[in-house]
Amino acid sequence: MLPDLRPDLLVEYLRRMLVIRRFEEGLIKLAEGRDIGHFHVYIGQESTGVPALALLEDGDLTFTTHRNHGHLLARGVDPAAMYAEILGKATGTNGGKGGTLHLASAEHGFPTTSAVTGGCIPLATGAAFGFSRLGRDRVSVCLMGDGALEEGAWHESANIAAMESLPIIFLCENNSLEALGQKANEYPSSTMAASPLTELAAVFGMESVAIDGADSGVVHDTMAAAVVKARSGDGPIFIEARTVRWPGNRPLWPQLLTGETDLTMAWDESAIPEEHGRWHRAEDGLLAYIRGLLAAGYVDERTVTDIDAGVREKMSAGVQFALDSPYPDPEAALSGVFG
Amino acid sequence: MTVATIRYIDAINSALAGEMKRDDSVIVLGEDVTLGGPFGATKGLSEEFGDDRVINTPIAEGTVMGLAAGAAMLGARPILEVMFIDFITLAMDQLVNHAAKLHYMTGGQAVVPLTIRALCGAGGGFGAHHSQSLEAWFLHVPGLKVVAPSNPADAAGLLRSAVRDNNPVLFLEHRGLYWRKAEVTEDAIPVPLGMASVARQGGDLTIVAVSKMVEVALAAADDLSDSGIEAEVIDLRSIVPLDREAILASVRRTGRLVVVHEAVTFGGIGAEIAAMAQEHAFAHLVAPVQRVGAPFAPVPASVELEKIFVPGPDDVIAAARRTMTAEGVR
Repeated sequence: MLPDLRPDLLVEYLRRMLVIRRFEEGLIKLAEGRDIGHFHVYIGQESTGVPALALLEDGDLTFTTHRNHGHLLARGVDPAAMYAEILGKATGTNGGKGGTLHLASAEHGFPTTSAVTGGCIPLATGAAFGFSRLGRDRVSVCLMGDGALEEGAWHESANIAAMESLPIIFLCENNSLEALGQKANEYPSSTMAASPLTELAAVFGMESVAIDGADSGVVHDTMAAAVVKARSGDGPIFIEARTVRWPGNRPLWPQLLTGETDLTMAWDESAIPEEHGRWHRAEDGLLAYIRGLLAAGYVDERTVTDIDAGVREKMSAGVQFALDSPYPDPEAALSGVFG
Repeated sequence: MTVATIRYIDAINSALAGEMKRDDSVIVLGEDVTLGGPFGATKGLSEEFGDDRVINTPIAEGTVMGLAAGAAMLGARPILEVMFIDFITLAMDQLVNHAAKLHYMTGGQAVVPLTIRALCGAGGGFGAHHSQSLEAWFLHVPGLKVVAPSNPADAAGLLRSAVRDNNPVLFLEHRGLYWRKAEVTEDAIPVPLGMASVARQGGDLTIVAVSKMVEVALAAADDLSDSGIEAEVIDLRSIVPLDREAILASVRRTGRLVVVHEAVTFGGIGAEIAAMAQEHAFAHLVAPVQRVGAPFAPVPASVELEKIFVPGPDDVIAAARRTMTAEGVR
């Protein structure tokens, strides 16, 4: 199901999803043979992040986690500055001092990324607390994975958010379906006694809902209601968006196990290879979204490939910008310790 | 400007009220702060400024540290009370990994004007979870400032500066100083962070002390004076930033250095100061630097054992005499 929005907006969502997909694929290739640290890609979750974050306004804040690239791109952060940051260059979003795990862009509503599991939950709750105390009708969105629910910070923050009726949306992207490990193919795959995970919010009296994260229409509807609720002072909400883990996320470093996404798979069954066939047919939210647009007649195949070509060109230029950018001056290593 | 004789805890209380009056963005958070906290440091604030600005939090130190940091990033100036510094262990991730590093990691995009008041120090048999001096943990964390006033005037003045600073500042209040009285100007003048003060002048040796150990050092200095040894006592006031020049200038004059703190000696701030002295004033030292601190043990609960644990004037006098008799060692 597509979000109930104007076709031109839906096509814009497609463009943003492609920005994320092509950014991440470009990054995996760029990382080969380079020391850029451990990184995590958002492939397979575009259908959650794009419609969800498109509903935010200027001044609304998003606190994110290690799987952050898609979130920043969804809110319009320049891919070139992100590539540069990931390569540690002076032109990066954080001047090269954050890297992939700490990407920040205040002007796009990203105060920081925490690389500590659950690390942003208290900060996001604090921002909501700040909005509430400073009388601003803004919303704080805490983007988290299901593993963060294992941390004490979740339970403490959920308690405070519910008690104070804070304007916060906990958007938990559970991409662990089909994850590796002893609980592979079980729900939840987190090391967690509670099931379903929504119980962990409900116990605090918080509105709590589980949705299919690959269904952009459901994501849109749920998030739209959550934003209205939070902005009007009716308190927090917990959303568990379930997506299937992209096969390339399985190794320690992401690998292009499914290749660079061939979009013709969205309309030509014969283009789908046998390997990872189920992923391409049923699980990849991006391909599902394109199929939805085609079925609705909002785009034709040519439009999709044209948009994609433009996005790919932009990503190539971004990579080149990052490669050509200088490293920070040595003095930068010691500056900015204090504000 | 009115001068009043007030207690250390009252100086903290009036500085809190003064900063809240001066700046609407200042808020006070902590466990039981609307009730005044365990000893009354926040007494009356809730009545004067309301529940919107004086907020009781759940017993959830980790999240509340992040809550305060998150609100600080938005432009609030939270003053968070950690009831006893021993409980700050529960908040280390939010303090050390987040609040302290946010400005740097974001390439300067974030500022975190956060003041953390924490009760520290032994005395009265509170035992190992309510008596520690943990300042050394925090001076090792770039991005945190750490101050530890020894008297009412500095308590008020440093607190005012901490609240106005754009960084996380850990403000260490020694419980054993709460009821000490001294003269304070009513509208306390902010004391700049990073400036030590000379609590007593003397030319024979330098004693650097912090927090409650300043009064111990002064008592020792009086005693030494009776036997003709004049000690200069430097009250650090700020641990980060450290007033290196004040310490080194004194050491270069006296040639002898004793560092006194209540924290465990091993790995304490005395080690850092001793290292600094030998790195930058080696030629002036005429005796090995002496450190006075607690033994390598948790704080015992028994009041009699606690006396052994906490350094007293006799320990400082003995250390001072060691520097005097070590003449020519080098």
